[in-house]
Amino acid sequence: MELKQSLGLIAPEILLSIASLVLLLVSAWAGDKASRAISVVACFVLGACFFIVAPTVCAGVAGPDVVAFNGLFTADAFSGFAKLLIFAATGAALVMAPKFFERTNSMMPEFPVLILLAALGMCLMVSATDLMTLYIGLELNSLASYVLAAFLRNDERSAEAGIKYFVLGALASGILLFGMSLTYGFTGSTDFGTVRAALTGDMSTGAMFAVVFVLAGLAFKISAVPFHMWTPDVYEGSPTPVTAFFATAPKVAAVSLLMRVSLDAFGMQADAWRQIVLFVALASIVVGALGAIGQSNIKRLMAFSSINNVGFILIGLVTGTVQGASAMLVYLAIYIAMTAGSFLAIIMMKDEAGAPVEKISDIAGLSRTKPALALCLAMMMFSLAGIPPLFGFWGKFVVFQAAVEANLVALAAIGIAASVIGAFYYLKIVKVMYFDEPADVVKGQSDWAHWALLIISTAFISPLGYLLTTWLGGIADKAAATLFLVAA
Amino acid sequence: MQPSTRAPKWAKGLNYDRGEAVIGIEHYVVVSSILFVLGVLGIFLNRKNVIVILMAIELILLSVNLNFVAFSAFLNDLVGQVFAMFILTVAAGEAAIGLAILVIFFRDRGTIAVDDVNRMKG
Repeated sequence: MELKQSLGLIAPEILLSIASLVLLLVSAWAGDKASRAISVVACFVLGACFFIVAPTVCAGVAGPDVVAFNGLFTADAFSGFAKLLIFAATGAALVMAPKFFERTNSMMPEFPVLILLAALGMCLMVSATDLMTLYIGLELNSLASYVLAAFLRNDERSAEAGIKYFVLGALASGILLFGMSLTYGFTGSTDFGTVRAALTGDMSTGAMFAVVFVLAGLAFKISAVPFHMWTPDVYEGSPTPVTAFFATAPKVAAVSLLMRVSLDAFGMQADAWRQIVLFVALASIVVGALGAIGQSNIKRLMAFSSINNVGFILIGLVTGTVQGASAMLVYLAIYIAMTAGSFLAIIMMKDEAGAPVEKISDIAGLSRTKPALALCLAMMMFSLAGIPPLFGFWGKFVVFQAAVEANLVALAAIGIAASVIGAFYYLKIVKVMYFDEPADVVKGQSDWAHWALLIISTAFISPLGYLLTTWLGGIADKAAATLFLVAA
Repeated sequence: MQPSTRAPKWAKGLNYDRGEAVIGIEHYVVVSSILFVLGVLGIFLNRKNVIVILMAIELILLSVNLNFVAFSAFLNDLVGQVFAMFILTVAAGEAAIGLAILVIFFRDRGTIAVDDVNRMKG
């Protein structure tokens, strides 16, 4: 009965692993010509997983009934919410990829398989309630991601992105692991609940080291300052659909993981990690905003944008309240829509030969040559800048509201001031597209699937998105509340 | 043959009963910390070869393994050793992927020197 119940709880993960293995066999058998069919099947698998998980999120499930394998794995509403975002972002990456790779004949059937394996790793990450599950999920995601970064084998920049991502990712895993080994040594367990119970009162120096190392390793994975230096290079060098994937799904997984680790496992030591997270959040906002200003490559600019946004998300964690956690989830949902939409628009900017256009100077005057595309990208940029009628404003608003209600007014004030600096470079893109002389480089036609996805994400971040605020806030509140059940 | 001798020949000067030569958990943690720092320094100070970076990464993972096994023995708890097994397995996969990416890089550029990984600034 116990095993049967556990297997039922990991149904989406089982489906993902079986599907990726079967598709791997098919790709070995059928070769490159099957890559499109495999992508379609992978999308359907993600859709099926989405519908398996969705009811648990709406019901807000929590408690001992959703704990599988003696506490190794928890399929509560919080992990469900994160999984829904992960499946959506992963599906978007799958839709973006085929057209992008087919131009250079480099679409291989391994791509959707690797994406599915990465999604499986991320599902394990967000459901982990034991350091061991955490590590396995993180590595499954990371190993698939290293290969994805180097996916364009004949492109120098892609291979270089692969090496950089691999070396720094492995270093991050090492730091995280060292922290986990100290956690195990000083608390005697790898289970989050036991760790939490053991880390009460004054912490020993060793336990303090453990907390710092674990947080540093996770900060690497969410590319928060001061562990952000790999992000611009990896984002620039990776193929654009892979960059879009990196900027969305793994961010959701790693942020959710960070939330569970700090609020659950290290929940009794909130005063110890709050200072660290506070510094990381502010530094990310400022460095993300300032670093983006001088960039001439739009993918690099989006990398700094993602660093900047991670800073805003972490403000919710600093509060350490249910409201803060719920605000983080809402922000994540809006963030992946904005980022996926921006990257879609970037993929759709192609020159006459169909080669991707990445230089910001090349998109000058886009509003006159491709008005619809320019409008969508401009809305994404306004939304990322947090300008009110668009949905991106709501994400920032709920996070700052949580900060103010947790008596962190100074933090909220600094964050708002820094978001003004950030608005500068988003608006610069809009200015280049609308007011500069047309460079007339972007000419290529786009796939209908890209248009469909771009229109969906633009509609989501448009003022229409506000129709969803009650619903989105409701399920985010329920999901965040399950995270705090252990505290009660 | 002297059955009463408890210390091996090389440890003759040490008196086990007075606890002089007992290796405690602190020693393991110190050694593994030194290995960990060496691994991290190996990644950052190395300017020559990417293979050396792969070795440094292995060193970091092994230092963590040492920690886990030592804590496991110290706490009389098997979880640490199970964890060490997982780390060993993942480390093997990680090395394989790292070398594969390195091969791609070498094919494109004909070099694996760290200073040549510089097409993008940063």
